[in-house]
Amino acid sequence: MTAASISTGAAPARRRTYGSMSRDRRWALRWSYFFLVVFAIFFLMPPVYMLITSLKTSAEISAATNPWWVYNPTLGNYIELLTSNQYLTFFRNSALVSVIVVTITMLISVPAAFALSRMRFWGSVTLATGVFLTYLIPETLLFIPLFKMFALVNEYTGIELINRWWVLLLLYPTLTVPFCTWIMIGYFASIPKELDEAALMDGANYRQILTRVFIPVALPGLIAATIFAFTVSWAQFLYPLAFTTSADQLVLPVGIVTSLIKGDVFNWGQIMTGALLGAAPPLIIYAFLMDYYIAGLTAGATKG
Amino acid sequence: MVDAALEAPALTGTRRRSTLHRAMRRKSTIAFLMTLPLILLVVLLVLYPALYSIHLATLNKSMERFVGFGNFLFLFKRETFWMVVRQSCLFAITAVIFKALIGFIVAHFVHNIPSRGQRKWRGMLLVPWVIPPAMSCLAWWWLFDPSYSAFNWILAQFGVGPVPWTGDAYWARFSVILVNVWIGAPFFMIMYLAALKSVPEQLYEAAAIDGANWWQRMWYVTLPMMRNIMAITALFSLIVTFANFDIVRILTAGGPLDKTHVFATWAFWLGIQGSDIPLGASVSLFMVPILTVAAVFILRDIHRRASEMS
Repeated sequence: MTAASISTGAAPARRRTYGSMSRDRRWALRWSYFFLVVFAIFFLMPPVYMLITSLKTSAEISAATNPWWVYNPTLGNYIELLTSNQYLTFFRNSALVSVIVVTITMLISVPAAFALSRMRFWGSVTLATGVFLTYLIPETLLFIPLFKMFALVNEYTGIELINRWWVLLLLYPTLTVPFCTWIMIGYFASIPKELDEAALMDGANYRQILTRVFIPVALPGLIAATIFAFTVSWAQFLYPLAFTTSADQLVLPVGIVTSLIKGDVFNWGQIMTGALLGAAPPLIIYAFLMDYYIAGLTAGATKG
Repeated sequence: MVDAALEAPALTGTRRRSTLHRAMRRKSTIAFLMTLPLILLVVLLVLYPALYSIHLATLNKSMERFVGFGNFLFLFKRETFWMVVRQSCLFAITAVIFKALIGFIVAHFVHNIPSRGQRKWRGMLLVPWVIPPAMSCLAWWWLFDPSYSAFNWILAQFGVGPVPWTGDAYWARFSVILVNVWIGAPFFMIMYLAALKSVPEQLYEAAAIDGANWWQRMWYVTLPMMRNIMAITALFSLIVTFANFDIVRILTAGGPLDKTHVFATWAFWLGIQGSDIPLGASVSLFMVPILTVAAVFILRDIHRRASEMS
């Protein structure tokens, strides 16, 4: 682009430069494609290798053949996993937890973001900053005190929280709510003030402004936040690993790591199949809603 | 403005409505109620545990006796602790540098190609970031497997001996950083690509007319325009990488001989698996200083941009 625009300007005087510049440009393009292919191979190798392994029988995996090629493709691993009650339990737990967490997150963060971006009240600026700081606190700092807290809750009230899948419904929102609130504040703040003033003139109350004006207008942001909340709760590994142990309470990531790996016998075909199926929901969502996903990703750090 | 509009209907009915009812209709009350679940969540499940972990860190193993700084002094005397400190810093800093570097390079390549192909490439290159880390780490673990390593098979074709990817301390450190770079570089790529797109084309044209070469355009136009996003992305990533758990836990579980433990995995090992909760809490508290520094810089940047905009 730049090369072209400068060379057209200088074209009549220097014919040769024009030719060499466009040749440079062509070569730059070729090199770009070459390196993009190299990086794409690097970035896509593990998932592709998952797929390759998942199509092999155990005998073929342990045979000393080319590991990058499937000689006798079989769907045995998929059939075995999708008919095993244990794996389906993991999948169900994961799906339940993620869907409920997304719902909770949206119910908490959308009204909060609306109030923080539009209705100035005492401490609202501090609170918005606080929400952002909360987003920066990693779960690795909180899991030990939370573990102890939940053990104490059990001691005092008799409510067993540890080793129940629904304890994750309390834990995951600490990761999803601050971020979703933060990006929703950004999206809501970008809506012109005239819009809600017009709605107020027409006699709308705050609930109506939120549901009839803000949510429809900020729908892309809402979708991005939803996707984010879903991916985070689907992928979370530390909390379920620390808080759940029995096989029927596990979610997918922990379930695969702890129960498909039994002792020294690694059934790699099944592990890779399980991991690939576990990676499928976020990947499918990403494939269909890529633009929202990327918009949400860049909004998190750049809005503010 | 908004206040006035809301106050108007409330005033007409003052006589009939009770004080409580009027308070409920006030804007600040509504706003407070809307943020109440958020406040409760943050206070009960983030703020309180964070402070509670400081309290926990001052107790002895059975959590009955106050030992003050006893846990910290005990940690300072342990060789493993200093190894964890070194490994955490090495892991985080090296990984962030390489993520930023690779992200920067790849973003330029994507930016270079015609724009109709960019979406496809961008979509393909972001896949590592989308796959749950626990799942992709399993794939890496299998690629690194000592007896069936697919990498070693390729290396063997070139006559290079088997590499102990996770068996040897140095290679294990290399492997966890490699996997972290693999997961995180696409995020940098996306951020840098967004930054590249936001640089006005006229600046490059002006620079080209002034006779700037590629290097000068990069140094005097691209980098200054991207500086903000580059810094904030790196800080974000530093926080996430420093507090990382999944990768080390799955690939090496801290081994061989605790050589690859980072704060998070070691805290898990001591606190949950070794059921010494106070010691685990003390270890995880050591993440706070570096997180605070990063958070302060990020906040400063956000405030500066907010004041620039208004």
